[in-house]
Amino acid sequence: MIRALHRWPGLLALALVVILALSGAALSIFPPVERLASPQTEADLSVAELAARIQAAYPGLERIRRAPSGRIMAAWLDGGGPGAAVVDPATGRRVASADPDQAQRWLTNLHRSLFLGDAGRIAAAAGAAAMLALSLSGAVLVARRSGGWRRWFARLRGPLSGRLHVEIARAAVAGLALSSATALWMTASTFDLLPDGAASPAITAVPSGKTGFPIAAIDLLRRTPVTELRELSFPYPGDVSDVFTLKTDRGAGSIDQGTGAVLGWAGLTGWERVSETISMLHTGRGAAAFGLALGLMAMGVPAMGGTGVLVWLARKRSSPRIRGNQPAGRAETILLVGSEGGSTWGFAATLHRALTEAGQTVHAAPMAAFDPDRYARARRIIILAATYGNGDAPASAKGFLDRLAQLEAVPAAPLAVIGFGDRSFPAFCAFAKAVSAAAAAKGWRELVPFDAVDRQSPQDFARWGRALGQALGIDLALAHQPIPAAFQRLTLIGRRDYGADVQAPTAILRFSLPKVSLWRRLTGKGFGRFRAGDLLGVLPDGSGLPRFYSLASGRRDGFVEIVVKKHPGGLCSGQLMALEPGDPVSAFLRRNPRFHPAPDRAPLILIGAGTGIGPLAGFVRDNARRRPIHLFFGMRHPDSDFLYGEELAGWQAEGRVAQLVTAVSRGAKPHYVQDALRSEGAQVARLIRSGARVMVCGGRDMAVGVAEALADILAPWGVSAAALKAEGRYVEDVY
Amino acid sequence: MKPVLAALALTASLALPGVATARPVTLTAALNNYGGDGAYLAIYVTDPKGAYAGTLWVSGGKSKYYRHLTDWHRATGGAPAEINGITGASVGAGRTLKITLDLADALIDAGYTLHVDAAVENMRDSPNEIAAPLTIDGAGKPVRGRRYVASLTYDM
Repeated sequence: MIRALHRWPGLLALALVVILALSGAALSIFPPVERLASPQTEADLSVAELAARIQAAYPGLERIRRAPSGRIMAAWLDGGGPGAAVVDPATGRRVASADPDQAQRWLTNLHRSLFLGDAGRIAAAAGAAAMLALSLSGAVLVARRSGGWRRWFARLRGPLSGRLHVEIARAAVAGLALSSATALWMTASTFDLLPDGAASPAITAVPSGKTGFPIAAIDLLRRTPVTELRELSFPYPGDVSDVFTLKTDRGAGSIDQGTGAVLGWAGLTGWERVSETISMLHTGRGAAAFGLALGLMAMGVPAMGGTGVLVWLARKRSSPRIRGNQPAGRAETILLVGSEGGSTWGFAATLHRALTEAGQTVHAAPMAAFDPDRYARARRIIILAATYGNGDAPASAKGFLDRLAQLEAVPAAPLAVIGFGDRSFPAFCAFAKAVSAAAAAKGWRELVPFDAVDRQSPQDFARWGRALGQALGIDLALAHQPIPAAFQRLTLIGRRDYGADVQAPTAILRFSLPKVSLWRRLTGKGFGRFRAGDLLGVLPDGSGLPRFYSLASGRRDGFVEIVVKKHPGGLCSGQLMALEPGDPVSAFLRRNPRFHPAPDRAPLILIGAGTGIGPLAGFVRDNARRRPIHLFFGMRHPDSDFLYGEELAGWQAEGRVAQLVTAVSRGAKPHYVQDALRSEGAQVARLIRSGARVMVCGGRDMAVGVAEALADILAPWGVSAAALKAEGRYVEDVY
Repeated sequence: MKPVLAALALTASLALPGVATARPVTLTAALNNYGGDGAYLAIYVTDPKGAYAGTLWVSGGKSKYYRHLTDWHRATGGAPAEINGITGASVGAGRTLKITLDLADALIDAGYTLHVDAAVENMRDSPNEIAAPLTIDGAGKPVRGRRYVASLTYDM
């Protein structure tokens, strides 16, 4: 709901909002420039003294105005012709032209009415309303995404466009909300919808009928400092009934030209004050630095518009239409989908297709539409659920748990739940697990045990599919392709073999860079831009499922490098290990920004074992800035599978790696990488407490062992691994 | 109601019958290229003593800005009743305003003065932009304004 409130104003009003923001940002420059360019008044100069100075220079003086910037403009009649200029309060003489700046006038008209008069003003107000709706709904979305208002500035993960969108938003949203709300107020004021008109300075006493009282002697003007002045109008020469009219920050009044007495005074109304403050906040006139800050924030709008459209397109593309969806009342199998970004819908579509091909009638619906009364023919219910933030329901599953809790009786059809998530998050599949637990507590019969898919792994999904197929008595092969990947042919240009002596044949495989189109290079898609830690999806012959390998090189290295270990019976690793230089493979690139070293100078603690050294070696190779890297590497035997052994010696000499600690598991006394970590515990704890980041790559068992070792090392300091993970300072790439 | 005001009321509301003592007058105001937004104009008449007699036309749609038409506003308070049906859009720089109305014969060659007050956003207000006596001789002769109006002509 909130997302829809954010999406539609954003898409519909995008161009309008961008025009308003850019013109507003440009306009915000004028008040500070005007303020810097205007000669400022000495501190205790009175209006009487100022008027006398200007009148001495221009005897036909008609009016003095002071802008909030401090600029003083005078208008006079000189030998019948009117004159006007910006004057220096110190001398009362002209320093600049009083004509309005043409660029500012053009921008102002664009900004408030798109050069279309009142219709344009209404359109601009609609743009401001859209901006306000975007700001408020966006703030709620940011808070939801980062896990609460208190975690507003939490580190972000995920694709770059979405991250940029939120990064800019959380810095700028307050200013944008203020600018758009004040814009609406000002439009209402312009159309006379607010009772904020100025009270006219009522003349309560009758003018004396005399003229010629010296302006320097008028008491009210002597008591009014120039800093409070807005406008002083002079009586028309020869018109005895006319008066001096003074407007200040406090109000407006009339002064007799023959006696200098105050004839009437009207203070500012409350509404007037509010409207003036709002106008100042919006335009920056009288608050130049503040206005400039708002202008800077407005500059974020085009970028947010662009990234917002990208986010929307990605979301749209990744939520496929389900073909041949059956009505709920007729379906034997009900698929309920809890998806935030749309990728879970992709899995649901794959499952829907496979079940339909197996002859079943299948109905897919969002979990939020859960309604067991309609499932008249349902034989089984399958829930595919992602998790949002810290264990919350994803967008399409809102209210599901409440509805489940309110059910008097759970459906007779048994339930299968599969969760989708990222194992490196503390709340991995927390929502799906909560659904599964709530269903079990209600006594809902289980079709297959709860299972989870890590990072959209097609393998995980296929494994669960086999279990589901067994329970249904059908052969269910789920070949899910998350994104239609752009496969390219890579050619092997070199390989180095390790580990044959320790029954763990492993190789570092180096492929040539594939040809990349200019467009891809510009947009950084596919092989146009990649770094160590990204993933190479390799499609083995005879399978539709790609296998993913962590990259040990970046585009700047000029080659594509991975580390592969031969798994007994492994289809893909077997084919890769059999490659000879010149042989091709079919592969595509998947970005994995979560497993990139953060772009700061904090020390890195890299921990890996076996093929897990791949991306870590890539980080070291890329460490031209010589940030302190402490590498912990576990192997079987240094004579056999010391991957990157030669390079590491050189990198250490160059200072690319500050410290290398190895652990050897084959030998008299097996020593694993977590043991090495423990023996350096004091130093590791010191590094982490001083801000070091931890990156772990390797098998799941190793990762668990490392996590335990880190927990023990950090426990005395009251630092928890979960807290480090939440901060993004402890990331894992585990397989 | 004073007879003069009644006459002006006739000029203002053309639908009223009995305009036998009035004649059609065309007012043409050409504006300078003063380099600003559209001008607000108030065109009105004062009697031989200089007192406000009635309004012929107001250009500019937002009544909240009428106070910048200083003299006219002081005389009328910007009261909507004064200008009901005789307002139009503001006049852009370099553009020409042309209006035709029926003016009572009693006002012509009788010491009455035609006034124009002008105001432009962020520029100087110009009350008494033009003050021209209403005479048969003056008809068809352009009068220069002080700041925003290049020329005003009334033809009868």
